Amino acid sequence: MISKESVAHVAELARLSFSEAELQQYTAQMDDILNMFEQLEAVDTTNVAPTTQSIHLQNVMRADEAVNETKTEDLFKNVPTYKGTLIQVPAIIDKEED
Amino acid sequence: MDYFKLDIDQLHQALVNGELTAADLTAQTLEGIRAIDPQIDAFLTLNPNAQAQAKAVDAAGVDRAKPLAGIPVAIKDNIVTKDLTTTAASKMLENFVPIYDATVVEKLAQAGAINVGKVNMDEFAMGSSTENSAFKVTKNAWDHTRVPGGSSGGSAAAVATGQVLVALGTDTGGSIRQPAAFNGIVGFKPTYGRVSRWGLIAFGSSLDAIGTLSRSVKDSAYVMNVIAGHDEKDATTADTPVPDFTAKIGQSLQGMKIALPKEYLGDGVDPQVADQIKAAAEQFKALGATVATVSLPHTKYAVPAYYIIASSEASSNLQRFDGIRYGFRAKDVKNLSDVYVRSRSEGFGPEVKRRIMLGTFSLSAGFYDAYFKKAAQVRTLITDDFNQIFADYDLIMGPTTPTVAFKIGEKVTDPLTMYMNDILTIPVNLAGLPAASIPAGFVDGMPVGLQLIGKHFDEATIYQAADAFEAQNDYLDQIPGGAH
Amino acid sequence: MNFETTIGLEVHVELKTQSKMFSPSPVSYGAAPNTMTNVIDWGFPGVLPSINKGAYSYGIMVALALHAKIAEFTHFDRKNYFYPDNPKAYQITQAEQPLATDGWVEIEVDGKKKKIGIAELHVEEDAGKNQHEADGYSYVDLNRQGTPLVEIVSKPDIASPEEAYQYLEQLRQIVQFTGASDVKMEEGSMRVDTNLSVSPIGSDKWGTKTEIKNLNSFNHVRDGLAYEQKRQQAVLRAGGLIRQETRRWDVDKKETILMRVKEGADDYRYFPEPDLPPVHVTQEWIKDVQASLPEAPAQRRARYVNEWGIPEYDAGVLTQTLEMANFFEAAVAAGADAKQASNWLMGEVSGYLNAEHLELKDVALTPAHLAAMINLIQDGTISSKIAKKVFQEIIKNDTDPKAWVEQKGLVQLSDPAKLTPIITEILDNNQQSIDDFKAGKDRAIGFLVGNIMKQTRGKANPKVVNQILMTEIKKR
Repeated sequence: MISKESVAHVAELARLSFSEAELQQYTAQMDDILNMFEQLEAVDTTNVAPTTQSIHLQNVMRADEAVNETKTEDLFKNVPTYKGTLIQVPAIIDKEED
Repeated sequence: MDYFKLDIDQLHQALVNGELTAADLTAQTLEGIRAIDPQIDAFLTLNPNAQAQAKAVDAAGVDRAKPLAGIPVAIKDNIVTKDLTTTAASKMLENFVPIYDATVVEKLAQAGAINVGKVNMDEFAMGSSTENSAFKVTKNAWDHTRVPGGSSGGSAAAVATGQVLVALGTDTGGSIRQPAAFNGIVGFKPTYGRVSRWGLIAFGSSLDAIGTLSRSVKDSAYVMNVIAGHDEKDATTADTPVPDFTAKIGQSLQGMKIALPKEYLGDGVDPQVADQIKAAAEQFKALGATVATVSLPHTKYAVPAYYIIASSEASSNLQRFDGIRYGFRAKDVKNLSDVYVRSRSEGFGPEVKRRIMLGTFSLSAGFYDAYFKKAAQVRTLITDDFNQIFADYDLIMGPTTPTVAFKIGEKVTDPLTMYMNDILTIPVNLAGLPAASIPAGFVDGMPVGLQLIGKHFDEATIYQAADAFEAQNDYLDQIPGGAH
Repeated sequence: MNFETTIGLEVHVELKTQSKMFSPSPVSYGAAPNTMTNVIDWGFPGVLPSINKGAYSYGIMVALALHAKIAEFTHFDRKNYFYPDNPKAYQITQAEQPLATDGWVEIEVDGKKKKIGIAELHVEEDAGKNQHEADGYSYVDLNRQGTPLVEIVSKPDIASPEEAYQYLEQLRQIVQFTGASDVKMEEGSMRVDTNLSVSPIGSDKWGTKTEIKNLNSFNHVRDGLAYEQKRQQAVLRAGGLIRQETRRWDVDKKETILMRVKEGADDYRYFPEPDLPPVHVTQEWIKDVQASLPEAPAQRRARYVNEWGIPEYDAGVLTQTLEMANFFEAAVAAGADAKQASNWLMGEVSGYLNAEHLELKDVALTPAHLAAMINLIQDGTISSKIAKKVFQEIIKNDTDPKAWVEQKGLVQLSDPAKLTPIITEILDNNQQSIDDFKAGKDRAIGFLVGNIMKQTRGKANPKVVNQILMTEIKKR
């Protein structure tokens, strides 16, 4: 049973906020769905390699050649607020993060 | 323009012979959309440049070698189109105008196809009914009180109501095949890596595929011929040669080996739907193929494995929607945290938030091994099941959906039931296989879809069998009453 | 109570590629904001990354230079976190299987050599830059977004701030000599994150670590760590507890200042990047990189000592930067005597650069001109006194030394036919000095030479003057 606190923590990681009513609803729904997820416990996956890509390609790489064709003004067409060619955001309070 | 009576071959001939101009065709198509769509709500945006594009095709002359030249096409709204609003049916991107074209859009344009507009979908392709669109509820072509399926519901309804001949859709867990089945048309999802995803707004990156929704099998193959191929902008596209997908159309099915997994006719599948599939199996036998019952034992684990993987990838893919560089930014934000949390909370709809939550949880510290990694391991087992069958068979057949289209509003409050509905289409995405849904009869007046699954990069065999089946039946002549 | 210190260093090195790690935008420094970006760098909806093979090869090169084991099969992972300079809200990095593991760097502190282990190296993309302005807003420039990086993580082998300093110095040198990076702290092409803990000697548990940020030079690293070491010892001696926290080095106050206390581990939700197929580093690929790997500084030092007889200390100075070592070798190749070239580079050239705050690339001096000047000295064309004048010219201007000394009339007078009449005239006028010399007063020679130099305005070749002088005096 997933707790409301856990759901709230996940919401924080995902930068989402919920009202109390939403939180209750999401908790109930996630609980149902996570129970369904737990069916996988019944599968024996000992020594089974995970599949993260279905077509087995490797070493798909490009040569180190620079291209700079995008107009900076085009990039700014959808920016809500900016100054010159800088994207503007409200002040970052915690100034350091990796 | 009566798209119920025409196909690409006929239109192409008329264009080449000069009996029809691309400009007229586009004008008539837009007229048809304006007349029909108010009852269907398939389109989100019409392309103001469609007419100009058509005139350019006329000016250049319709090339005999380009079957799509002058043919109007609708594009699902999660595929970016330069200078044409692309929303993914989300408030988050309500006013987003892309500054580049998706590779498939570029290829269609080079082939002379006319983009007439962008069609509705479940927000960010998350859903099976198109009810999760932030903008409108699209109706099923056969019954306006029912859903068109999803997430490519707009693409399916636009084609099934005769507004366009073909539309592009995307399929992460069945999002082309299920709406095609619900609307009685052809839906084609190619092998993962066959068509470039550059410009497709990502949902589940390891599962997403762009494909077609069309009335006829051959029309789908024509579009696939244009959009398939390696793209250096998408490292996951295969460098495999692209065959002519129409090449095997018309060839006999004599000796073709088709497998029918018993799990695909098991619990939860409407017996009337199952009956149609069994009847289809008999038709294939009559066409010279053999059909044998097989087992894909891990099928029932596909739903949990899929929802963990797709949601995990989605949770990461959708983090870029942060209100900073593009898209919705909440009003009156006071600090950076507000920009993130309020823009995302107000910009995303409830289903998208649910998937983000599930995915974030599945990847989070302490749960990764039990959820994401376990699901990825089960994915291996599901793929192995398919590989074993394909060692002996050419195709796998089954129903596309357990039931016919359900009523609008019927399942929207019950996400779990909605998810379980995808059980027959999801395994294909987990394994990256090509698959089609083609019309296979009716239950209570609603269309039933037959799913044909092929080997990796063997789309041509699906087209061969699908076309032979289509030719045996008159489903193309049956026109949804709701359309007129 | 006595303590031992454990230091961990995470060094980010920008790779010197043309294009970015996962996008074809140019790698740049100092360009106008956001002018070196494209839709990939911005994380636009629908974009996909593609791997820069050149960047990965540079990564292999750095790993080889640090004696690390290259992973044959690897893939990229996503590290998820929200920040304005991180447009996708995930960084593509290598978490599960890094590029390479188990390398080392040899350092020398107080005459003792010690190997510092490298736990792992991984390839990843850099973030953009946030600028914080007084108007209450932050501003994002994504030019740096996607620049290829190699992160080099040390093993907990570093036991003092001085060892940390030496490790960084060696690391910088080794990486610079591969040519894979400029490794300039001042331009951000090398960045250092540190953590330090102290624990009572003999304790089987490590102490709680603190991180120090804002370390913009190796000296700051050493000073910051030294301060932090003392601070932690003082806290523990007073019976206090060290909290897991991030501190900032304040350059002016010369102390570390608390930025924030860490509560629990960050949850980056790593998972394999679905948009990029895995990387298989074949033996052939490694061989290709190995073949293009330039000679390491240690090998070069050995060669200077063994082949050219350069003192060990001098060889060390010459190999401090790739630029200096390359210049030195080019001068030798242009015909300069190795010892002379070394002396000039360590003496006059370094003196000039230090005084003017310049680097070799900023001055006009070329290896060929240095070699030419050294040869002019050695063949007697110019005196070492004149050479200093020549040096002042060729370090500032692209001037051929030989042509210049001829044009300026600075060539030494070495022709006996020209010198003898001058010398005999001076001897004729200074009988007293000849007498003094013959009476054993060697100093008298100095007076005579001085006069000869005066007469020739310093151009007479002292060696030749001496010879003629002796011969002429004997005749009298």
